[in-house]
This record gives sequence, structure tokens and C-alpha cells, in this order.
Amino acid sequence: MKGKVWKFGNDIDTDIILPGRYLIYTDEEELSKHCMEGLVSDFKSQVSDGDFIVGGTNFGCGSSREHAPIAIKGCGISAVIAESFARIFYRNATNVGVPLLEAPGISEIVEDGEEIEVDMEKGLIISESGKEIEFKKLPPFMLEILESGGLISYLRKQNE
Amino acid sequence: MTTIAEKILARASGKGEVEAGEIVMADIDIAMIHDLTGPLAVESFNKIGTEKVWDSSKIVIPFDHQVPADSLDSANNHIFMRNFVKEQNIEHFYDVNEGVCHQVLPEKGHVLPGTLIVGADSHTCTYGAFGAFATGIGSTDMAMVLSTGQLWFKVPETIQFNINGSLKENVSAKDVILHIIGQVGADGSTYKSCEFIGETISDMTMSDRMVLSNMAIEMGGKTGLMEPDAKTYDYLKDRVSGENKSRLKAFIEKSNLKTSPDSASLETVDIDVNNLEPQIACPHNVDNVKPASELGDVELDQVFIGSCTNGRIEDLRDAAKILKGNKIANGLRMLVIPASRETYLKALDEGLLKIFVEAGALISQPCCGPCLGGHTGLIGPGEVSLSTSNRNFKGRQGSPEGEVYLSSAKVAATSAIEGRIAVPEEE
Repeated sequence: MKGKVWKFGNDIDTDIILPGRYLIYTDEEELSKHCMEGLVSDFKSQVSDGDFIVGGTNFGCGSSREHAPIAIKGCGISAVIAESFARIFYRNATNVGVPLLEAPGISEIVEDGEEIEVDMEKGLIISESGKEIEFKKLPPFMLEILESGGLISYLRKQNE
Repeated sequence: MTTIAEKILARASGKGEVEAGEIVMADIDIAMIHDLTGPLAVESFNKIGTEKVWDSSKIVIPFDHQVPADSLDSANNHIFMRNFVKEQNIEHFYDVNEGVCHQVLPEKGHVLPGTLIVGADSHTCTYGAFGAFATGIGSTDMAMVLSTGQLWFKVPETIQFNINGSLKENVSAKDVILHIIGQVGADGSTYKSCEFIGETISDMTMSDRMVLSNMAIEMGGKTGLMEPDAKTYDYLKDRVSGENKSRLKAFIEKSNLKTSPDSASLETVDIDVNNLEPQIACPHNVDNVKPASELGDVELDQVFIGSCTNGRIEDLRDAAKILKGNKIANGLRMLVIPASRETYLKALDEGLLKIFVEAGALISQPCCGPCLGGHTGLIGPGEVSLSTSNRNFKGRQGSPEGEVYLSSAKVAATSAIEGRIAVPEEE
């Protein structure tokens, strides 16, 4: 996977990812319009399919709102890479089909706006200047969930 | 040799014992969804295709985030959820008139020591004050629970806060938890079961204990557990019904819901609160905590007393004691929102609401209010709010260019009079 980096700091909370006033919506398209609204105006129209969000520590802290990873998914982000993730967000993102890659040291390696390459099989991120950093590879069942587009589609496929 | 979290998850997963790090499939005792996270959970439940929920007596649905409906979208969400309640014969449904979920569940006797509770709301950890392993989950996980009554858990390690000392008159449970979060940081307890023990906790009312458990999530905690005791029993005894009455008695009598000091997965942090001063969480992170005395001059546009953290009758009494006979500062807006109908009625009986209205505050119906910036009392660009709620993230109460500070009800009431962040004098 190749894409541009949208870099953020530590403790990016779910109110930043998707403010509370939009929780009345459940539709991915509608939610994605307000993604990261507190920090970047009109984030969705600026990102291209396949781009990456890179965060610091404790990415996704705060509320249990699954609306947050759904909004990220709706923007076409192919994965969120961070130093570490908050617990509820980690489960929610996987469940809706957004890969979360834990790569301690990532903030030091990549800059906002640069093009990076992510090798899911090798568990490797390669920066534009050729620097490499490993992430914890995802187990096969989690990759299957993500490839199905989330836990529910995965379960439905299993039942077919 | 085990922790409270391990004991509860061992029982819920039908195993003799479990240890931290193990992944278990556990039976859920109570599942809670509300008007805001409910629709997404129900949509996911419908996609799974199960016709009936696993147990209509174990699902609790309170409406609290947007009550009464403030837009056509929320009215539609309410209709959608009421239809779900009807179709699935959900026994415990609390419509727009009961109050905030985390206050309503204990009040209505749905929280028992030793049980496993999940809620589609991150502050579900509040019920840890009653010795329940309670944690927030997302909508897809909730859809699985609604469908099967089960969910997988990684058994967490435990971080135990051993809190000792007496609080000064102008200090509250809120100051204790803000102090702790400031010490360990917003991710200081990620994936851990937080436990609060010590003489300060034993001395606290259930209301105070709930403040600490409520905010365990603000340091990443999976739960905010406490050992149930006589106070737990007294709070719940007339609220639970049916077989839960004998279950409650048994839990308290056995009183084995304690963490052994020699548990393998235990880390202990000692906290001395004897000299603790009123604490403030400053924008835009809950762990950005400072003693109020070090803040300098912070002028306020709005003060909010309420939420699942500090909207209980004890908080309203604290605030009314300070506001009695006083007026709030010119140009300041003050909102007081009792956390539940029960709290509202008590405040009415005790004459507290009159004190607030005379002081110039607005009283709202029990709901989450401005806490999550979705319903009422939002702040605009450049405005500053002091709030007794639990989060001060950028944009949390409205405009991302606004600022939110967090405090106890005592500090909030004093500040409303002064028009700037101020602490009550020590008596």
C-alpha cells in the first residue's frame, strides 16, 4: 500500500475525530464529511483514497463512539499508524474494517505530507527517504476481518 | 492470588480461574445502549440477522444524550430505538424523562457487585464503584452482545490506587481523580483494570466513589473497580428486585470481592490526599491538571454543573450551599442539570433548585447537557466553560475554538459567583 501521510500529535481523541454533535448520524458518507473537523477543515475533500493517518501515543482516546473509525473509513484512509492506540478505539476500528498499525517510533520517521509505503505481510513501513520501521504484524484472523470490511461482513461471509 | 477483575471474568467465562493476558469469552449480565450509540448498535444487530435479542430482560436502554429530541434527526433516532424496544420486548426502557444512563442504571438496581456489564458508552466504568466489572464497548461489539449475550475480553492487569488521608473541606472526590489522572497521564492505565482502595475510599459516599470510577477511562482504564462494602449494600438494597435481592446479599456476605496483595498482575500506586488542593483539568486534555491556585486569572463565559460525573444530589447540595443568597457574575451563564429524575425530585424537595434559580442559573431537565456538545448549552468560538463533567477535549462542548476546564461542583459554584475560576475558602 502506498499513500500520503496526514500526521497528527499525541492523544488524538474521538471528539476531534468525530465531534459529538454529529453522532445523530450513522451513515458513513455523512459521518466522513466531519472527520477530524476540529483540526483540519474539510479533511475529506483533501485526502485521497489510500492515504494514511499517522498519530502519536494514545490515538483514539475518549468516547466509545464507533462513529469515529467509520468517519475515518469513509474518507478512504487505508490505515491509521500510531505510536499507540486507546483500547476501545482499537477494537472499534478493527470491527469496522480500519487497519490500525502500532509502530513505536513512527512520529520520528515520517513527516506530514510525505508518501510512504506499507507492507502488511512484512510488517514494514518505508518512508519517502527510504527509512524503515517495523509495526506489529496483524494476526491472520484480523487481516481476514479487515479484508471483509469489518467484523459483521466477516461473520456473514463465514455463515454463507 | 487474584484480582477483582480476574475473579469476575473467571465467573463470567465459566472457568475456575483466569489470569491477566488470557483471552476469554464471557457471558454478559447487563448490556446498556442509549439514544445516541443505540441506533448504530441496532443497525449492526440487524445486519447480523439474528431475529431476537439474547435476553430482553438483560438489556437496559435509557434515553439521555439528546432528550427531549432537539432535531428531526434525533427524533428519528428516538423513534427507531422505541420501535426496537417494542419489537424486542426490552423490559428495562427509560424514555426521555429518567436521566443520565450511568446514574439511572444504579438507581434502578441494574448494577450488582460481581457482575459483568457492558455499555455502548465509555463511561460505563462508573459501575465499578459498586464492584461490577463494567466497561465501554463500540456498536459492533454491542451488536454481538445483543445477538449472543457474549463477548471476548482480554483479562486486564490491575493498577491499584491506594488512597489515604482526609480531604479538606473545599476538596472533593473530583479533585482526587483529577489529581490521579494528572499523575499517571491520559494513557497511564490503558487496558488495565483500575482499582481504588484505601481509607479515603472507605470514607466516601457511593456518590463520591462513582466520580472516581467514572473517570477511570480518562486514564485509559478498562474498569474503575472498588471493593463492595456496607455502603454499597445500603445504596442498592431497596433498589434491586427479585432474585437480585438474594444475589446482592450473597455477594456482600461472602465479601470476597477483593484483590489479594500478592496477585501476579498487580501494580500499586500510593496516593496521599491529606494536603490535596482543588484541582483543575485545563484545555484540551483531561491529564493537563493543575492545582487551581496555580492557574492565574481565567475568566468564564459558562459554568455547567451536571453529567454522569458530578450531577448527583450531593453535588447539587455542595453547589447550593455556596450559591445560597449569592448571584452569579454578570455576563456569565450557569447551567445546572440534575443527573436523574430522582436527583431532580430530591433537589426540588430540598429547595436547591430555588437557590439556583435565584442565583441566576438555568435548570434543565435531566440529560447529558453540554458535556458532549451535542444537545444543549454549547459554547461558541473564544468562549470559556468550567464544567463538572469528565472531558475537556477540543470541541467537546461546541466550538473547537472554545475552551473547557474541569472541576468539582464546589469550585464550579464558587467560580460562577466570581466570574472566573475560584476556589471556596477553607473553613
